[in-house]
Amino acid sequence: MTLERQERRLGWGLVAPALVWTGAFFALPFLAMVALSFAHMEGRTVVRGFDAGNYVRAFTDWTMVKALVNSLEITLIVTAVSVLLAYPLAAIIAFRVPARWQRLALLMAVLPFWTSYVVRSYAWLLVLGQKGVVNTTLLALGLIAEPLQMASTRFATVTGFVHFFVMLLTLTIYANLIQLSPNYLRAAADLGAGRWQVFRHVVLPLTLPGVVTGAFLTFVLCIGDYITPQILGGNTELTLPQLIMLQMGRSGNFPLASALSVVLMGIVTLAYLASARWVRLDRV
Amino acid sequence: MTAGVLVRGVSQRYGQAMALDDVSLEIAAGEYVVLLGPSGCGKTTLLNLIGGFAEPAAGAVLIGGRDMAGVAPKDRPTTTVFQDYALFPHMTLAENVGFGLRMRGAGKAERAARADEMLALVGLAGRGDRRPHELSGGQRQRVALARALAVSPDVLLLDEPLGALDLKLRRAMQDELKAIQRKVGTTFVHVTHDQEEAMAIADRIVVMQAGRIADMGPPREVYLRPKSLFSAGFMGEVNRIEVAGGRSALGPMAVADGVLCIRPEAISAGGALRLGRCVVRDMAFFGAYLRAHVVPEAAPGMVLVVHLPQGAEVAAGDVLDLGADAHVVL
Amino acid sequence: MRALSWLYMAVAYLFIFLPVAVLVAFSFQAGRLPVPPFQGFSLRWYEKVLGDRDLMAALGHSFLVAVVSSALALCLGFLAAHALARVRLPGSVLMRGLLIAPMTVSYLIIALGLLTVFGSLGIRLSLWTVGAGHVVINLPLCFAICYAAMGDQQRSAERAARDLGAAEWQVLAYVSAPMLAAPLAAAFFLSVTFSWDEFIIAFLLTRFDVTLPVEIWSMLRSGLSPATNAVGSLVFLVSVTLVVALEMLVFRRAK
Repeated sequence: MTLERQERRLGWGLVAPALVWTGAFFALPFLAMVALSFAHMEGRTVVRGFDAGNYVRAFTDWTMVKALVNSLEITLIVTAVSVLLAYPLAAIIAFRVPARWQRLALLMAVLPFWTSYVVRSYAWLLVLGQKGVVNTTLLALGLIAEPLQMASTRFATVTGFVHFFVMLLTLTIYANLIQLSPNYLRAAADLGAGRWQVFRHVVLPLTLPGVVTGAFLTFVLCIGDYITPQILGGNTELTLPQLIMLQMGRSGNFPLASALSVVLMGIVTLAYLASARWVRLDRV
Repeated sequence: MTAGVLVRGVSQRYGQAMALDDVSLEIAAGEYVVLLGPSGCGKTTLLNLIGGFAEPAAGAVLIGGRDMAGVAPKDRPTTTVFQDYALFPHMTLAENVGFGLRMRGAGKAERAARADEMLALVGLAGRGDRRPHELSGGQRQRVALARALAVSPDVLLLDEPLGALDLKLRRAMQDELKAIQRKVGTTFVHVTHDQEEAMAIADRIVVMQAGRIADMGPPREVYLRPKSLFSAGFMGEVNRIEVAGGRSALGPMAVADGVLCIRPEAISAGGALRLGRCVVRDMAFFGAYLRAHVVPEAAPGMVLVVHLPQGAEVAAGDVLDLGADAHVVL
Repeated sequence: MRALSWLYMAVAYLFIFLPVAVLVAFSFQAGRLPVPPFQGFSLRWYEKVLGDRDLMAALGHSFLVAVVSSALALCLGFLAAHALARVRLPGSVLMRGLLIAPMTVSYLIIALGLLTVFGSLGIRLSLWTVGAGHVVINLPLCFAICYAAMGDQQRSAERAARDLGAAEWQVLAYVSAPMLAAPLAAAFFLSVTFSWDEFIIAFLLTRFDVTLPVEIWSMLRSGLSPATNAVGSLVFLVSVTLVVALEMLVFRRAK
């Protein structure tokens, strides 16, 4: 046996466990789900077959289309708002805060990240609810006469999401900003660029890949999330994950739930293709 | 375009350490000055003060007679070639070189023409649409130079510009830097820790040590008549012999009191200042000369370094009667 | 400009801390509702929560699932990264892609897929099935972190070890793993927090023994209660203590 073959055998031996695991518990279930999405229900039993009916329903049934549109709208708003809010914060921490305080500032900026995900949405309910902190404060200040309806609205869902993703994006954008060699900034300033020009011509283009990667992650996590819209948005307007859970739970319609999941997957894939030029998943 | 630089009583501290301690320096317009010294001597700090990347705690920097206090780097008539070149990786070479003009609102055609011209000046004609990562270290260095010169600065600051290059390339680039400086006439202020590089290109060398100027002058003067022990040692190898009351370990010495400094190549059989009989301990062939360690018979604890002519027939154990042709007492 | 920056930062921090502050503040509520007015300071909800058997059991389950699944994910990810970073294997780009792929798939979809397969194979849902799902979501993370950390320096040190007669397991145990101690620890703790906090897979793949997020979820369904605040605050306290401890450890090492 040559050395190279020996090495390869060893290599295969080391990758195999991870590949088998991912294959058995990820790829295979995924394919099974895709197969299931082409089945249909007769009463409460699943009938296997090749039937595109679920997909037709996903794109024609008004409830489904509405959920799809809601999900897309919410996700796009959340992604845009989060990036726009997080970039300045990350930049202030990276460029304004003295170096020795930066770690602390960053740690503080993401501290609520470490509360339980479910609890974080719940906490926003306490802030935005009828009798919540915001309404109580505004009423006490006499700025409003009636409590504002914020919980169980899209506003609450977006707020809960933005809160989470601002923290995530601040972290990733900061990591990108701090990697910029300070000499790039000095060189640009030295050649006559003002603050805005340095940002526009040097900082932004150089951090764009990181920002797009972060935005893509935000998109993926946001569009697939069930908890935040369920707790904060309630059932006033359904998102795709809520609809999927509903199909599984109440009606036990696994084929339709699977088809909707495949649609969700398709959207994520499209988002990936749209941003693929910049996204480096192996650099996350 | 070119202008002189006047540094007047400048001090700067980083925490406890004194990075610059009351430094004054006058650089003439069109001069090529090299700031030379070991790391931490304050040479880069001084360059940053001229470029405007830091403000002095005390003292003033004048460029072309104008006080630079409170003037941002972008408004100073200086540009910098950074040690890591800091070429913008997302721009082509032409865009890099044209960046300064773009910031000044120049049009596309003007920028392209200037970029072509500058790239040609540094020997990269026709490569404008490449990107920095496609270049070798030496080529990046040239682009950084072209970019800094494209805005016609009065003063060009170079922060160890050749530090990242291998020795052979460095020697080649030295000559080129000098030639380009002659051609454009801009004042060059160049920081390095390599004394050979300094001698190869400088009109004037400023030797710095611990935040102060230890010596300055044309290469020949700094090398042959250093004004401090530090600068004598930093510019090249030197033999030191202490002299007190006309006496030294080698016997009576007809020189002033202090440390007698003699370069290895200044020692020969016929030298005027006699050092006495010395035993050759070992020797090695260095191409242009033979480098030998010799031990004076009068002072067995002392070892002198001597450069002997290439063709000298000497072996370990031989006894030579040596003298110095040139010396300095510090 | 400078003042504007600080103002922006202050508002951002206010936004970021607002829900957590409200959560913690009203966990000490003496009244029955975790909203204003604050009716006095009380620890009764902490007492209630700490005495709640189901909740404590869920806490134990979460801990167990998090540690075991993270350890497994780290082992698999580390070995795979080691192999792919070192040995030239045909199709290695494809393999890297497959190993990273779960990162881009919503947890909901992963859970649904597993549910389908477990259902048709007749596998009973338990903490084991949740653990299997958590390994799937953490494996890409561990793999990516380890793979990114394996640089040239690592490679030459491993080569030197082999040159000095180390067998492959010895290379891994005495050279590779210790050199990567910091990223390995980071990957492990990140995995633990993800698993600890994961809801949807745990929700869909458990039946009787549930994890903490699922238990909290069922508390939520019975309406607002300061007890939920108390659980949330406790979880927060534990996580923050862990993070700060880790930060100080890493920070010290960096120094």
